Amino acid sequence: MQVETENMVKVFSRPQSLTDAKSTYCPGCHHGILTRIIGKTLDELEIAERAVCIAPVGCSVFAYSWYRSDAIQVPHGRASAVATGVKRADPNLIVFAYQGDGDFASIGTAESIHAANRGENITVIFVNNQVYGMTGGEMAPTTLVDQKTTTTPDGRDPALFGYPIRFSEMIAQLDAPVYITRQALFDTRRILDAEKAIKKAFENQVNGKGYSLVEVLSTCPTNWRMSPIASNKHIADVVTEVFPLGDLVDRR
Amino acid sequence: MGKRVLLRGNEVIAEAAIRAGCQCYFAYPITPQAELLEHMARNMPRLGRTFVQAESEIGAISMVYGAASVGVRTMTSSSSPGISLKQEGISYLAGSNLPAVIVNVVRGGPGLGDIAPSQCDYFQATKGGGHGDYHMIVLSPSTVPEAAELTMLAFELADNYRTPVMILADGLLGQMMEPVELPEPIDPGTIPAKPWATTGAVGRDPNIVLSFDLDPEVLKKMNLDLQEKYRRIEAEEIRYEETLTEDADLVIAAHGTMARIAKTVVRKAREDGIKVGLFRPITVWPFPYEALRKLSERVPTVLTVEMSAGQMWEDVRLAVAERAKTPFYGEMGGVVPTPRDILSEVRKHAG
Amino acid sequence: MPRGTVRIDRERCKGCGLCIAACPQQVLGFSGELNHSGYNVVHMERPSACVGCAFCAMTCPDIAIEVYRQKVPAQS
Repeated sequence: MQVETENMVKVFSRPQSLTDAKSTYCPGCHHGILTRIIGKTLDELEIAERAVCIAPVGCSVFAYSWYRSDAIQVPHGRASAVATGVKRADPNLIVFAYQGDGDFASIGTAESIHAANRGENITVIFVNNQVYGMTGGEMAPTTLVDQKTTTTPDGRDPALFGYPIRFSEMIAQLDAPVYITRQALFDTRRILDAEKAIKKAFENQVNGKGYSLVEVLSTCPTNWRMSPIASNKHIADVVTEVFPLGDLVDRR
Repeated sequence: MGKRVLLRGNEVIAEAAIRAGCQCYFAYPITPQAELLEHMARNMPRLGRTFVQAESEIGAISMVYGAASVGVRTMTSSSSPGISLKQEGISYLAGSNLPAVIVNVVRGGPGLGDIAPSQCDYFQATKGGGHGDYHMIVLSPSTVPEAAELTMLAFELADNYRTPVMILADGLLGQMMEPVELPEPIDPGTIPAKPWATTGAVGRDPNIVLSFDLDPEVLKKMNLDLQEKYRRIEAEEIRYEETLTEDADLVIAAHGTMARIAKTVVRKAREDGIKVGLFRPITVWPFPYEALRKLSERVPTVLTVEMSAGQMWEDVRLAVAERAKTPFYGEMGGVVPTPRDILSEVRKHAG
Repeated sequence: MPRGTVRIDRERCKGCGLCIAACPQQVLGFSGELNHSGYNVVHMERPSACVGCAFCAMTCPDIAIEVYRQKVPAQS
C-alpha cells in the first residue's frame, strides 16, 4: 500500500553527485553505504566537479562508475601514489583514493605510508573488512586471529602469519598527517559519526590542510559467511575490540 | 646558432625534458642516472614545476600515471632493475592510452648486474616487459646532442599518440660529456589539447581513465584500437640512419652508443680498403624492418654489434632472413667493445 | 495519516534486510516478491507506524529508499 506524499516533503534521496548506476556490491556490503556518504559529502561541499576518484583493484574496482566526477582506475596498491601524481599535477583537484585492505595495507604498504609521510593534501578512504573480497575470501593483513579464510582454512595462526595490522595506528606515528580516524557503519549512530568524519577528511583537503585518512570497518557478508545483520553485529561486538573506533590524529 | 655547453648525457636529457615542457618529474635514485634526478631536483622547483623523489620506482611510475591522467607532460627515469619494477605501470599507461616519457639508462644485468653500460634491455623495451599486447615507442640516441633532440621528440610523440615513450640510453651515454647546443624551450601553446584528461568534470561528462572491461568483446575492441594506433605509428614514425651503405660489402647494424663506436670502425675499415657501412635504427620500436630488408638485398653481410647476448640481432635476422649473412658480435656484463675489437670482427666476416 | 513514508526502488533492493533491522518502528519487512535479479524485495508492512526518521535509507547500501515526512505547519 502506497501512502500519499501530497502533504509530505522528501527528506532523503540519492545524492546528486552519484550516478544512477546500479550497485555491483553484494547484498548488505558496507561499500554501498560508504559510497552514499562520499556522494553526500561531494554534494554538501559542492566539489563533485573538481573531484577525481582514484579507483583501486578489488570489489571497489568499479568505484569509477559511482560518481559524477572524473576517475582513474589504477594498479593494485598504487592509489596513494597515483593520487600524489594527480594532486601535484593540479592541486585544485579534490583527489580521493578509495582502497580495500589488500590495496592499502598489503601490496600498497609503501605507497600508503609514503603519501602520508609526505603529507600529500589528499583524502584516503581505507575500507577494512578483514578479508580479500573480490578474489574469493583470502586472508588480509587485517584478518583477525583464528578467523577462517580461504588461505587460513583452519583460522589465522599468528605463529605462521602474524597478527591483524593496525595500519591507522602506524600512520598516526608520522608527523605529517592531519586527520586519522577509524569509523564503522554498523548502526545509525556509527553511520552519522562516519558521515561527520568523512566530511572532515574532505574539508581538510579543500582547505589545504594536508593528509587525511578515514579507515572504515566494513562487512563482507559473502566471505564472512554471515548474514548482513549478523555481519553488523560481528563488527560491533568483535572487530571493534581489535580495531578501536575513534580519532587517532586530529591536527586541523 | 645558440650557445654550446659541455654537459653529461644524463643532465642533457633532464634539461631537454624541462625545455620540452615536462611539468612533473618523479623518480627514485639508481646508478648510473643519478645526475638526471639531481638536475631535476635542482631545477624543477625553481621553475614552479613538480619534483618528487618517490618511495620506489613503482611509486614513481604510479605518480607518472596520475600526472599523465591529468594531461600534464610527465617523466620518470631509472636504470634496468628499476625499469623492471615499472613494467606493470607501463602496461597500464599503454592500456589506458596515456602519454608519458620513461628514460632507461641501461646497465649490466641480469639481476643487480653492475653499474657499467649495456644494451641488454632491448627485449624488455621493444618486445614487452609488461604484460599484454602493447608497445612503447622506443628511441635510442647515440650521442649527447641526439639525446637532447630525441627527448624533445619523445614528449611530442607521447602526446600525439597518447602512448608511453621510452628513451633507451645506456650508462656510457649517461656519463659521457659532449658539447651540445640545447634546444629552445617549446611554446607551451603548442602542446596538444587533451579533452580526455581528468581535469575535473566542469561542464562535461566525467572522464574515466581505464584499461579494463570485464566484457571480452569490449576489451577486444580496446585492443584492436591499440593495435590500429601501433600500425599508424609504424607507418609514420620509423627513424633510422644509413652511413656509407650504398657500396658496402658489409654493413654493421648497431644502435645507441654502439652505433657511435661503429662509425669509427666504418672509417677505419674504409682506410684499410674494406667497404663497410652502418645501419643505425633510431627508433628500435617501431623497428625499420623494411629499410633493412631492402639493404640486405644488395649487401652480402649484416654484422650486428650490441652490448648484449644478441637482442636487436633477432630483429635484424627477422628483417634480413636468408637474404644476407647475419653474424653477431657482442659483449655482456658492462664490457664496452673497442673499435679494434669490432674491426677484427669486420675483417673476419668481410672476406 | 502517518508522520512519514518511504519509497523503495524494487530493482535496486537486494533484500539484505539491514533496513528492516535499522527501523525503530518495525515498519519494514520482506514482501516475498522477487525482483528481476531474484532478490526478495523489502516493503512497508506497517506503513502507519512510519515517522520518516530515514534510518532505513541511511543504512541501505543500494540507496534504494527515498523518505518523505509530514510538512511541519508554521507556528503562528
